[in-house]
Amino acid sequence: MSSLSMSTEVPVKKETKDHVNKSVVYDTKNLNLWYGDNHALKNINLPMHENEVTAIIGPSGCGKSTYIKTLNRMVELVQDVSISGEILYRDKNIFDKNYRVEELRTRVGMVFQKPNPFPKSIFDNIAYGPRIHGIKDKKILKEIVEKSLRGAAIWDEVKDRLQENAYGLSGGQQQRLCIARCLAIEPDVLLMDEPTSALDPKSTLKVEELIKELKENYSIIIVTHNMQQAARISDKTAFFLNGEVIEYDDTDIIFSTPSDKRTEDYITGRFG
Amino acid sequence: MQKTVSIKDLIRKDNNKNKLKMGVEKTVPFLLFALASISILTTVGIVSTLLYETFLFFRDVSIIEFFTNTEMKPLSRVEPSFSILPLLSGTVLISLVAMLVAIPIGLTTAIYLSEYASVNVRKAVKPVIEVLAGIPTIVYGFFAFTFVTPLLREFIPALQATNALSPGIVMGIMIIPLVASLSEDAMNSVPKAMREGALALGATKLEVTMRVVIPAAISGIIASFVLGISRAIGETMIVTIASGSSKNLTFDITQSMQTMTAYIVEVTSGDAGAGTTAYYSLYAVAFALFFFTLIMNMFAGYISRKYREAY
Ligand SMILES: Nc1ncnc2c1ncn2[C@@H]1O[C@H](COP(=O)(O)OP(=O)(O)OP(=O)(O)O)[C@@H](O)[C@H]1O
Ligand SMILES: [Mg+2]
Repeated sequence: MSSLSMSTEVPVKKETKDHVNKSVVYDTKNLNLWYGDNHALKNINLPMHENEVTAIIGPSGCGKSTYIKTLNRMVELVQDVSISGEILYRDKNIFDKNYRVEELRTRVGMVFQKPNPFPKSIFDNIAYGPRIHGIKDKKILKEIVEKSLRGAAIWDEVKDRLQENAYGLSGGQQQRLCIARCLAIEPDVLLMDEPTSALDPKSTLKVEELIKELKENYSIIIVTHNMQQAARISDKTAFFLNGEVIEYDDTDIIFSTPSDKRTEDYITGRFG
Repeated sequence: MQKTVSIKDLIRKDNNKNKLKMGVEKTVPFLLFALASISILTTVGIVSTLLYETFLFFRDVSIIEFFTNTEMKPLSRVEPSFSILPLLSGTVLISLVAMLVAIPIGLTTAIYLSEYASVNVRKAVKPVIEVLAGIPTIVYGFFAFTFVTPLLREFIPALQATNALSPGIVMGIMIIPLVASLSEDAMNSVPKAMREGALALGATKLEVTMRVVIPAAISGIIASFVLGISRAIGETMIVTIASGSSKNLTFDITQSMQTMTAYIVEVTSGDAGAGTTAYYSLYAVAFALFFFTLIMNMFAGYISRKYREAY
């Protein structure tokens, strides 16, 4: 575990871990989003707390990916998107005119559904983020690469082939490499959109283990179609349906005594 | 029920045709091979003719002289002399000017179109570029001679009426579409997921372009440069019209000079009788042209393999 502590300079986080009121990292208020005139997110209100794993579940097309992509404003790459409402990240509205989107994305890492390493060496993949943020010193880069790969539990598998192309790795390894790539710039939050859906059960388990460990130092939002996965790794769960948040609560409660009938129907597999 | 049965029947019926199918399967490869052979045989034919006639040329002229002599006077009655160097310098200089124009403008156009332009702008710009590619080279040559050269002479009084600079620039303009569209294709085929991966790390658009898209597309981009250079070396009409026919070994682009291609035009359309040394020199020059292009393509293949980022 200790080898995984990336941001050792924030010991405060550990202390708050057992407190009831963890500080809010993201606060979404009255968020609406349209793709053209398709109203994809409807009046979303959702908090997200430090050092927690928040799972987002819901049937296909309900807006999970859209929501998570809104959190780092990647959704704006789609043409014809309009947004209203606000998302506060560390108390600042990310839609503010003066908010630098690059800065937000430096603080908030994203892992995609399909592993998307760069067609470069393993080393250069990890060093990409630090490099674009101005770190040139070879020694420091080396340290970052090792630390990040260790952090993503893939160091032992790749330490002898750092100069090889990342596309020579298996899908599961590529996904952990992508996680390591995020860790290299020491983000605050990790957004993960179905990070294990392209992986086999064994790799999935590895990534799940990793997420549980990463939670010590990061706040994580994960979209998943896998109910067991949500139950296993998350602290809070939000259930989305047709672009709305139907229910948000402690994961235990959602999976044992949900208050909305639709949530119950979904998690028991009656629809979706 | 009935439907399943009939589908099975249909399939069985089709299976009865298996003999025919197998026959077709067996003949198709031969047919394809025969057609593919046409291009191979043509190539072999052309290269061997070139080689043979070049060999005949070097019975009259020493090969060392051909590559070290600096005087090119093929049709001189008094003292004919043969050297490839003046033609080589002309070809290289004009191609260089052309690529200095085509590479920066072509590549920036590609970057703009692939990474920055909106769909509407792209839709408007691409046809214009294609029109540029469709202009016959004779028009470019004419344009170089009657418009660009006089214009340039306003600024560079020393510029001769035929020179290397003006056809070089115009040839560069002609090659822009080639470099732009091939580079753009290469950049466009870099998966979107890769750009997203970089953007999600806080990279700016320029950083994504320079450090992800271009490296990933580099083999295609280099290929576009090389095709551009090959095109420049092989281009004939523009230089025949606008660069003159002085066979001087010079590196002064304001001077009139001749390229290998223009030389071939001049001698072919002149009165070099078949069987004369001047006639055979055509083949030697053509062979050199072929050889340089070949070497360059191989070099490009090597470079792009070496720097290729496979995805
Ligand atoms: N790029 C886009 N352009 C237009 N509409 C989109 C786009 N992406 C998603 N949508 C629409 O927005 C809605 C929500 O899609 P989204 O991808 O967020 O669903 P999801 O919950 O992630 O589904 P899945 O579980 O299948 O990944 C859908 O109606 C979808 O058609
Ligand atoms: Mg999705």
